[in-house]
Order: sequence, then structure tokens, then C-alpha cells
Amino acid sequence: MKIKQSLGERIFDLFNILLLLLTCAAVLLPLIHVIAGSLSTTNALIHSEVMFWPVGFNFDNYVLVFQNETFWRAFGITVFVVVVGTVINMAFTIFTGYPLSKSYLKGRQGIMLFIIFTMIFQAPMIPAYLLVKELGMMNSLWALIIPGALSAFNMILCITFFRGLPEELFEAARVDGMSEYNIVTKIALPLSLPIIVTLTLFYSVAHWNNYYSALLYINDADLRPLQLYLYNLLAQYDTSDSQSYMTSTVTWDVSPQGLQMATIIVATVPILLVYPFVQKHFIKGAMLGSLKE
Amino acid sequence: MITQNSTTAVPKALQEPKSGGLMKFILRNKALYIMLIPGLLYFLVFKYFPLAGSVIAFQDFNIFKGFWGSDWVGLKWFEQFLSYPNLLRLLKNTLIISLYQIVFTFPAPILLAILLNELRMQRFKRVVQTIVYLPHFLSWTIVFGFVYMLLSVQTGFVNQAIEALGGDPVNFLQKAEYFRTIIISSGIWKEMGWSAIIFLAAIAGISPALYEAAKIDGASRFKQFIHITLPGMLPAIMILLLLKIGHILDLGFEQIYLFLNPLTLSSGDVLDTYAYRVGILGGKYSLTTAIGLFKSIIGLLLLVVANRASKATTGEGLY
Repeated sequence: MKIKQSLGERIFDLFNILLLLLTCAAVLLPLIHVIAGSLSTTNALIHSEVMFWPVGFNFDNYVLVFQNETFWRAFGITVFVVVVGTVINMAFTIFTGYPLSKSYLKGRQGIMLFIIFTMIFQAPMIPAYLLVKELGMMNSLWALIIPGALSAFNMILCITFFRGLPEELFEAARVDGMSEYNIVTKIALPLSLPIIVTLTLFYSVAHWNNYYSALLYINDADLRPLQLYLYNLLAQYDTSDSQSYMTSTVTWDVSPQGLQMATIIVATVPILLVYPFVQKHFIKGAMLGSLKE
Repeated sequence: MITQNSTTAVPKALQEPKSGGLMKFILRNKALYIMLIPGLLYFLVFKYFPLAGSVIAFQDFNIFKGFWGSDWVGLKWFEQFLSYPNLLRLLKNTLIISLYQIVFTFPAPILLAILLNELRMQRFKRVVQTIVYLPHFLSWTIVFGFVYMLLSVQTGFVNQAIEALGGDPVNFLQKAEYFRTIIISSGIWKEMGWSAIIFLAAIAGISPALYEAAKIDGASRFKQFIHITLPGMLPAIMILLLLKIGHILDLGFEQIYLFLNPLTLSSGDVLDTYAYRVGILGGKYSLTTAIGLFKSIIGLLLLVVANRASKATTGEGLY
């Protein structure tokens, strides 16, 4: 069945497509501008010749970023926090979520209320800060991991998934004398790969992007994760970070802007790499979340 | 969501005995309860302790005396905060940015969802979605980096365009008058696509039968939009608007703190950034906790009022 479009509707369709194309351009152009700048020669850059295509294509900025020790340090710290933090997150999420997925568990509703309450009334900044301080985690990478060890939202996603697994299967394993711990690791987990992948991506992207915890809990410049390092590089370019570059740039023809651009891109690329996988899963999560509200 | 009955079968062995009671149940399932302990401890320590720690707003908190030993001072900090000469500036900045967020940031994803929904070409729609969702996954630091580069006096695209048009370059990030515009537009850039998902889900939830019936009655696409799509989105719109109103004094510390510098304090210093500077950097823990509490109370009050207004006018409410 083909319905004839009125002129007004066709004009709207055209206008709609143009508007959405414009939106896409507005999203992508800042990225392209910075990528182009990071690949251009310093001369072209400081004479404002670079728009959306590299002028005098070269990798000097990247070579210099990758030669910088401070950068690698921050990068390594972020990788450590992402890996260790996500493993801890997943362990907490799975082992807390599994018992709560059992509808016959007595006290379940009370426990769920106890947890959901924390989603509504968030821990205030200062007392949370004082707690971390009291626990002796200041200037320790644990401060970036432990205070966020479990996300109530992600745990609820996990519970929802576990509930879809057939209870008969667990019961059979129990009858065979399997311990509850083994039931989780040997039966529930292999059946839950979709949610495991989704939550692993949720947690690791959050760790990669987190600068707030570091801002609060890390004063030691040697323990800064990548995001905080990047911020310092951008916002306080008279400090040691760019100076450590500057002393090494004597023989190189690079500008602070070029280095900053290259560092931004290096911090963005891992996200761009996982984005195709993440997108599909994250949307599922966001939909679930919206249905739950 | 949690109270719904699970469809999974309840094991027989666990169903039957009414005899044993709670203790027996716990003993038989102790493995499950033991598994819960670390998670529950986590929530107790890292979520409930800080909530309880808010009492330091009523104390003269001293880090050496601790929560128990510090002196009680009643509402001293609230009074001090409310008589703080710059309070007006903080409140004004917070409220103006929040208002801009409601007027500009909030409708953007609704509009985007409507436009995407009206799109006939499914493949183009997917491409647009893939692109507009992307910035959500970038950290605020990286977004700040892009904005910083885009607006840079020396190399930035925006100033290149201004110069090409014969104007003088402007150092946007150092000028107080541009601060709010930058915050709002970078906020829209980052989250517009992602926030549209909820509205797209709301549209997807509308029964196709309604559209069929409207078509048979000869309703144009515009009429269908006004009488079916829009009312179908209304519950989602109202709920999110109410939640936003409840957070009217929370603007997203992470974003604002990054963009703020000494030259933009006059238009960009908000309650959260002030609390960070005075509290964490300045060590005035009790005063800033009082500010946090003040924020929560105002938010809660506004939420109750807005919820009532919404129920009276649109019939939608949070509770």
C-alpha cells in the first residue's frame, strides 16, 4: 500500500534529513578537527591553516607523546584501574546478584529496598571523602576502585538476567551435591555470557573515563590516571607536564597544541575501538533502565 | 520491578516446609546468605556511612575528634552559609544554568527522538543513531579537550571562522559571558543522542493499532504526531522532567569543574564547585556538608511540589 505524500510532508522529510545530517556533522566535526590538527605540522597549526584535513601529514606529535614517561605512567595506572577494578566489580555484582535473583530467598525484598535506597539517596561528597580518608586510602589506587566496587544499577540488570535462567538446572546440580559457589561459577556464569560482557563493558568504560575519584583522592602526581593527566595538560599548561615535553622538544618541531591534540586522541581511541561492541549492549541496558523507572 | 513474581520454578524442596521457619530456611540456604555479605557490607560502608556522616553538618567537625567526639553546633553552618556574601552569586549561577538546562538541554533529545522516528530510511536512521550516541561514551575530560581545541584562539576552528569573516579572535574559555553557553552546548553535544533513547523507547511502546486507526480516519502524519506520538511520549517526558526538577541544584560537578577557571568564576561558580573548593581543598567539612544537605532538601521540596503540579495538570507523577 503506497500512500501519496502531500507536498508539506515531502518538504518536512527533506528538512528532517538535512537537520539530522547537520546534527551528525556537529557531533563529528570537533573530533575530525582535533584529529586533523594532531597530524599536521606545527607551522600549519599555529598559523591556523588546519580545519578538517591534516596539513603536512606527519606523526611527530604522537611519537613525542609515546616517548613521554609521564604519559605512559598515567596510561599504565588507568589500565591497572580498568583491569583490577572491573574484575572486582564483576565479582561483587555476580555474587551479590545471584542470591537476590532467587525469588524464594527470604528477606529478599527488604534487602532490595536497602540497596535501592542508595540509588535514590546518594552518598554526599564530603562524608564520602572523609570516609575514604579515614580508611587510609588517600593517594592509593584502591581509592579509585573500592568506593565504586558495586553499582546497584548494574546489579539489578544482572539479577534480571539471572532470573531468566531455569531454576530446575540449579536444583539438579544441588541434588548432585554441587556447592552453591560452584553452581554460580560452573552453571550460572557460562549461561550468562551476554550480561557478563555487557556489564564488563559498562564497568570498564566507566573506569576508563573516571576522573572524579582521582580528583578527590589522588594528590600524588605519580598516581594520576590518564584522564586527570589529560586535564592537567589542558588546563594548566604552565606546569611540569608540558615542561617535561618542552625540554624534550628542542630538536622537534612541535607545539603544545599539537601535543595536547595528540594526547586527547590517544585517550579517545580505546573508546572508539570498543564503541561498536559497546553500543549494542549499552542501548539494551539503557532501555532496560528506562523501563524500570 | 523487584516485587514482580518470578516466573522461574521454585524448587520443591524449598517450597514445602512451613514448619522450620526462618532460621531453618537460612541455615539450609546459608551459602546464598554468605554470598550476600560482601555486597551488603559494601552498601553499608560506602553508601550508608556517608549518608549518616551528613550529621557533621550540625557539628563543628574536627578530623581528630571524629564523628563521635566533635562538638554539636546546631544550625551554625546553615546560618553561616545563608549569610555568606557570595551566596546570592552561587545560587544565581546554579539556578540560571539549571534553568537553561531545562529550557535547552532537556527538549533537545525529545526533538531528536521525534525527528528520528519520522525518518523513513531505516539504514540512515541507524547511521545517525550510531553517530549521535558516540559522545556519551567519552569522558568529560575528553569533551573538555575537544571544546578547548575548537575554541582555541590560535588553532581553533571557531576562531578561524571568525577571522575569516573579518572578526577578531575571542578567547571564549576565559570570558565569563560565554561560560554558560559553553556548558549548555557541550552538555547537549555529549548527551543529546543518548538521552533520546528513552524517548525512542517511549515512542516504540505506542500501539501500532492507534496509527492504523488514525490512517483509516484519514489523519495526516502531522495530525498523527500531535494526537498519538506526542501524548504517547508525555509520561516519559513528565517523569524525566520531574527528576530533573528534583536535581535542580545538581548540575553535574564533573562538567562544570573542568570548564571553570578563575576568570569565569563570576558566572560559572555554582554550589557544587564552591563546596569542592571550600570543603575538600579548604578543609571546611562541616560547612560544605551543610551546603550539600541544603541542596538535597530544596531538591526534595521542589520534587514534591512539581509532582503535585504535574499530577493536577497532566495526570502523570512519580508516585
